[in-house]
Amino acid sequence: MNETLAPMLGGFSAEPILWITVTLVVYLIALKVYQRFNGHPLLLPVLTAVVVIVGILLLSHTPYQDYDHATRFLQFLIGPATVALAVPLYIQLPRLKRLWKPITVALLVGCCTAILSALGIAWLFGASTETLLSLAPKSATMPIAMEVSALTGGIASLTTVACAITGISGAMFTVGLLRLFKIKDPVAQGFAMGVSAHAIGTGRAFQSGETMGAFSALGLSLNGIATALIVPIVLALLGWF
Amino acid sequence: MPVLYAMATLLVMQLAGEVFVRVLSLPVPGALVGLLLMFAGLLFRGRLPKGLRDVAAYVLPHLMFLFIPAVAGVTLQFDRLQREWLPFVLACTLGTAITALVTAVTFCWMLKRTGGSQ
Repeated sequence: MNETLAPMLGGFSAEPILWITVTLVVYLIALKVYQRFNGHPLLLPVLTAVVVIVGILLLSHTPYQDYDHATRFLQFLIGPATVALAVPLYIQLPRLKRLWKPITVALLVGCCTAILSALGIAWLFGASTETLLSLAPKSATMPIAMEVSALTGGIASLTTVACAITGISGAMFTVGLLRLFKIKDPVAQGFAMGVSAHAIGTGRAFQSGETMGAFSALGLSLNGIATALIVPIVLALLGWF
Repeated sequence: MPVLYAMATLLVMQLAGEVFVRVLSLPVPGALVGLLLMFAGLLFRGRLPKGLRDVAAYVLPHLMFLFIPAVAGVTLQFDRLQREWLPFVLACTLGTAITALVTAVTFCWMLKRTGGSQ
């Protein structure tokens, strides 16, 4: 541990009260900055907050394992928060009934595109097999992607990073990209966001409005299931699993 | 109290999901099954309790906050990322852009084909 920070952190270096507080305060500041700059995509709170947190961990010579352990409570809350995604889905029920056909087709096409584009691009640029396997489920929400990756021979923690980059880049660029192609319907935008950029994209979608958020939540939950089913099939067809 | 009821409901649904997944040894996270059970429960009940609506409205816009610790795990992967950063980053960013565009275009195309209803 660094001499200047060691006495300050003292016995606190692995304590939940330290790291949960730090994470929350850093997130709130990141959120403030994001709002001050009118939601500039490069200032996405999860991105800036992680950069700051990683900086603090490196400067204080805190091993990630300690931080990981101290913040287990936050990670635990991902579970009930995932279950809460049923609420916006339920609110959108009438629309959902009306749109089940476009939803089903777009889901299957989107899920396969996510898996094949990731594998294709990474293969083209010479990624190792382990990396390819870790990338395949990256558009699914993090807990699902990690389990699929572990099941099919990938590296779960590498998949977490792939999910993070996917979610962050989706949250940053999807709305602008779709607008460029004249797709302005919040239902289509939200669904595409959820299928391609899971929970991080959904967080961004909720900031744009309830409808976009709800359809992003729909895309995220359906693609979680679809990815868990389709990745093993695709990898088997390619002879990797 | 409504908030406590809502939290209890969310946890019970997740627990049921975890049990379901473990009993059938499915390669799916219990929380995902919990989401589906929760949705089924709301359909069955036919209305949304206010506490649940409030909790969801508070929590969901800050979903990203809960992922900060997992994303910070990038520190464990610095070595591999140094070696394979180009395919890795391109697959994630470009792949995601392609996926979002293809999904949205398919959705809009289907919407037109089905006339936006049925």
